[in-house]
Amino acid sequence: MSILIHKETRVLTQGITGSAGEFHTRGCLEYGTQMVGGVTPGKGGQTCCSLPVFDTVEEAVRETGADASMIFVPPAFAADAILEAIDAGIRVIAAITEGIPVMDMVEVYRQARSSDCTLIGPNCPGLITPGQCKIGIMPGYIHTPGKVGIISRSGTLTYEAVWQTSQIGLGQSTCVGLGGDPIVGTSYIDLLKLFEADPQTEAILMIGEIGGTAEEEAAQFVREHVTKPVAAFIAGRTAPPGKRMGHAGAIISGGKGTAAEKIAALEAAGVVVAPTPAHMGQAVQEALAKAA
Amino acid sequence: MKIHEYQGKELFREAGIRVPDGQVARSPEEAAQAFEALGGSLAVIKAQVHAGGRGKGTFVEHPDQRGVQLVRSADEAAEAARRMLGNHLVTVQTGPEGAVVHQVLVEAGCEIDRELYLGVVLDRAVARPVLMACSEGGVEIEKIAEETPEKIYREHFHPVPGLASFQVRKLCKKLGISGPAARDADQFMKRLCRLYATKDCSLVEINPLVITKAGEVMALDAKINFDDNALMRHPEIKEMRDLSEEDPAEVRAANAGLSYVKLDGNIGCLVNGAGLAMATMDIIKYYGGEPANFLDVGGGATTEQVVEAFHIILSDPNVKAILVNIFGGIARCTTIAEAIIEASKQVGIKVPLVVRLEGTLVEEGKKMLAESGLPMITADDLADAAQKVVAAVQQSASA
Repeated sequence: MSILIHKETRVLTQGITGSAGEFHTRGCLEYGTQMVGGVTPGKGGQTCCSLPVFDTVEEAVRETGADASMIFVPPAFAADAILEAIDAGIRVIAAITEGIPVMDMVEVYRQARSSDCTLIGPNCPGLITPGQCKIGIMPGYIHTPGKVGIISRSGTLTYEAVWQTSQIGLGQSTCVGLGGDPIVGTSYIDLLKLFEADPQTEAILMIGEIGGTAEEEAAQFVREHVTKPVAAFIAGRTAPPGKRMGHAGAIISGGKGTAAEKIAALEAAGVVVAPTPAHMGQAVQEALAKAA
Repeated sequence: MKIHEYQGKELFREAGIRVPDGQVARSPEEAAQAFEALGGSLAVIKAQVHAGGRGKGTFVEHPDQRGVQLVRSADEAAEAARRMLGNHLVTVQTGPEGAVVHQVLVEAGCEIDRELYLGVVLDRAVARPVLMACSEGGVEIEKIAEETPEKIYREHFHPVPGLASFQVRKLCKKLGISGPAARDADQFMKRLCRLYATKDCSLVEINPLVITKAGEVMALDAKINFDDNALMRHPEIKEMRDLSEEDPAEVRAANAGLSYVKLDGNIGCLVNGAGLAMATMDIIKYYGGEPANFLDVGGGATTEQVVEAFHIILSDPNVKAILVNIFGGIARCTTIAEAIIEASKQVGIKVPLVVRLEGTLVEEGKKMLAESGLPMITADDLADAAQKVVAAVQQSASA
């Protein structure tokens, strides 16, 4: 088992004919993902990566039976592309695009939450169920099928966590990058629920960063509803207030969203918090040992 | 992106949001002329810098001069402007070096009945903008949020259709606004929320918002920040950018597609990915070092970008060592290796360099670095890298 995606998942790429879209569609094909087609308005009828290209997502779904989509559409048009995927009934949407205006995401979020789809991102690396299905830009080879469910707001920091859990032999059930923007489609809590219910997942690793209160809300949820061992790392202990640290969402404003507050909330919920990013794998081991 | 108060007030005026009459002055003469043009017996001279806390801030050159001053004649206006222009205003937000004042806003005084606070921000928890109001104006809103959060009233709205009239009525009731001012508040608050949505703001703050003795609602201040990702569709706002208010190294980095934030330490960091870049700063600190910067070269970094990143890091004279931490995903380790070799040719890296590579094409990248014969310290993992760079700085300090 796994969450959200598996070897039967049929995946489209929106923006497949752009350079990033094409490059990563190839990467997913090589990993073994069932890529079934792509969408670029005005380029219907062409082929890309030996896959059929369609003008609309609706048409692509009808012709290929796709149930997931990976979006590389440029920022100015990305919100529209996500809405199109929701409208077409796509079940899992991973929006990789970085730089979508927040105001566009207000409406996208509202529509995504009132539909049955799961929107991952935007500004995220995507998601992967090792050995079965990769939808996104992460390097596939660092992953190993296993027992840790990983949820993260970051990209490369997730690779670091994946690498550590692979090296100590724990492996991963599914890894999901939530995205670094102020508004993202899926929260820690949404995924904690899924990992709690997934038999393959034996422990959960949450990787957070400064800004917002998503980690504090997740800590509250863990305390009340999660029985599996949980470990965490929060990036940005040394970040100064008022400065955006790369991600639009990673900013301490009005004294809120500090790493210290998040770590305190997580520890109070019984979560093992790694002291440094080099100890994320160990923190999962400790959490597992504590529960045993 | 941030803009000045006078620019914010121009946007308010265009949107039909009431502000006092005022003019920008860039010399004492212009300030005197502006006072005359306003035609009153009283005006306020306000230093224009992006930082907040100007009213309590003082000047490095004139410690008794505040950043906001009441004047009663054209001569007083000129004198206040003379003491502000070209000088350094230090506020709680500027740091001890202060910010240089290049222009002042000369504004008509008004008869104030009440001061309040009004702000619009994104409430991330519900993914919608929220209008916040507080019956205490001119104070630090963060302090009120911390100590007496129940004094802040909130109404969420969707960009379309915007704030509703009943929401304004709810706020007015709680704030104790009635009569003509309540009718005035309806248009004022709805227009403010519309401005926030249509101009893609990330913050609009009016502190203080006043109710005049005539019962008019008026913005005495205007602080507006914009969503950088939306500037592509607002060329008129992009033009308002004042580069003199920004750190030159940060501007240079942004032009190269890099994300850089200068810090106070001495270990330069070059990392791919924002989360990993923050985590790299954290682990340096954990092992007893101090990061000199946050620097994310991004996912698809090119050799040119990474070379530019080295230039920017080395332009900080505090940097005593550099840590390169790359987990190649989209970015290939070979690109990074090539850039390190190129940068050392171009700029000559004279401080200790610790390199940790992992991920896509890592073996090829490591081989390129080894064959280059460049002096560098290689590290196997993140903890090893951080410890090595901290040790290198300590050695160079004791040498």
